[in-house]
Amino acid sequence: MPERKIRVMVAKPGLDGHDRGARVLARCFRDAGFEVVYTGCHQTPEQIAAAAIQEDVDLVGLSCLSGAHRLLFPRVVELLREKGASDITVIGGGIIPEQDFSLLYDSGIKAIFTPGASLDSIVEWIKTNIKPH
Amino acid sequence: MDATIKKICGGDVRLASRLIRDIEDKIPEAKAKIKKLYAYTGKSFIIGITGAPGAGKSTLTDALITELRKKNKTIGVLAVDPTSPFTGGAILGDRIRMQRHAEDPGVFVRSLATRGALGGLSQAAGDAIHVMEAMGKDIIIVETVGIGQQEIDIINHAHSVVVVLVPGMGDEIQTMKAGLMEIADVFVVNKANRAGAKQLQMELTSMLNLSSKAAAGWRPPIVMIGDAFEPATFAENTAELAQKIEEHHIYLQQSGKLTERMHRKAMAEINDALSACLLEPVLSSLAGSGELESFAEKIRNRKADPYSVAEEITQKFFKKQGKK
Repeated sequence: MPERKIRVMVAKPGLDGHDRGARVLARCFRDAGFEVVYTGCHQTPEQIAAAAIQEDVDLVGLSCLSGAHRLLFPRVVELLREKGASDITVIGGGIIPEQDFSLLYDSGIKAIFTPGASLDSIVEWIKTNIKPH
Repeated sequence: MDATIKKICGGDVRLASRLIRDIEDKIPEAKAKIKKLYAYTGKSFIIGITGAPGAGKSTLTDALITELRKKNKTIGVLAVDPTSPFTGGAILGDRIRMQRHAEDPGVFVRSLATRGALGGLSQAAGDAIHVMEAMGKDIIIVETVGIGQQEIDIINHAHSVVVVLVPGMGDEIQTMKAGLMEIADVFVVNKANRAGAKQLQMELTSMLNLSSKAAAGWRPPIVMIGDAFEPATFAENTAELAQKIEEHHIYLQQSGKLTERMHRKAMAEINDALSACLLEPVLSSLAGSGELESFAEKIRNRKADPYSVAEEITQKFFKKQGKK
């Protein structure tokens, strides 16, 4: 039987136009052999959750450099849960102070990558932790 | 009715998207589900949007969604982007242009990667359309991968095909060429605010003056669409596009051509299903036993030629039929 392809979504919630990092990641995931849905900037958590379900992705990677991650990241997890899609893993990255990590982990974010994290380490995390649906 | 099928027919996005994925991943159970679902398909109107990379297909698809939603039509969108021949990965970026509809329950956008298909769509596209039809979508828009001159599989799936062109892509000879230029039911000259748009319109007009399709009853209209960053005129232009597509739909219904196209689609579906049925098991069996590799080696070393190999394989797999 053919292997299941990993599908991921890279999304930028909130009022944040700094998408260089998100684009680099999208490209890196493509090169890792994933199918990558990229939704662009300025997305509401509602848009991100709806798109993740429509696209049947295994993983949503959120990127936020504006400081609003404490509100926006947990909201995405919550919405997916409400829509019966808690099997979709949510990870995050960006400018995230260490003191916020526990709040994010408690809200259901499964991994956090901050500046300095290598692309390989992120791909490796996905390959280890994500089993396609 | 099977519980999953029942939910999909009731519009369940989660299950529908999962089934589309099972089709893409060639999970055997998916075929059985499509068989059960097939009776509920065939009622949607299918619009194909095709053209070169960056011509504006996704932006126009977004604008069409807006127009059609005003008429309360429910919409499914299949947006195809290319798979890397090297890594198997893909960037599916068509959705970016359509995200303002993400929360509208009347719109379901699903991205597909080509996964090696060369006709502008993916192998799963046909069945993905069936899934959206079963969901009861009034209209399904299929946006092809960015194409060149010849990737025209869309004609086997869509009822109306919109070919999106932009100025500056060559001289009049380009409009005379076979393939893409012949499949349009509606032409769009997009980015018509740019230099060369009038010229392109004239070239298309003179090409259409000699077209047998035009003489046979439907002359593909040419819709000029201006700068997407000028919202007022852009909305006016895209409303005209929606109008022309609807006119084509009515023409298809009244002229009986719709039946003709549905028939062509059915023929293509037999072709696809048959090649999947015959070819895939043969290839996977040969690959599994390692024979495929040794055949390739023989051909590489010029110990055999591909035709003899194909005949040998055919003999082996289809012996019984051969003896009749």
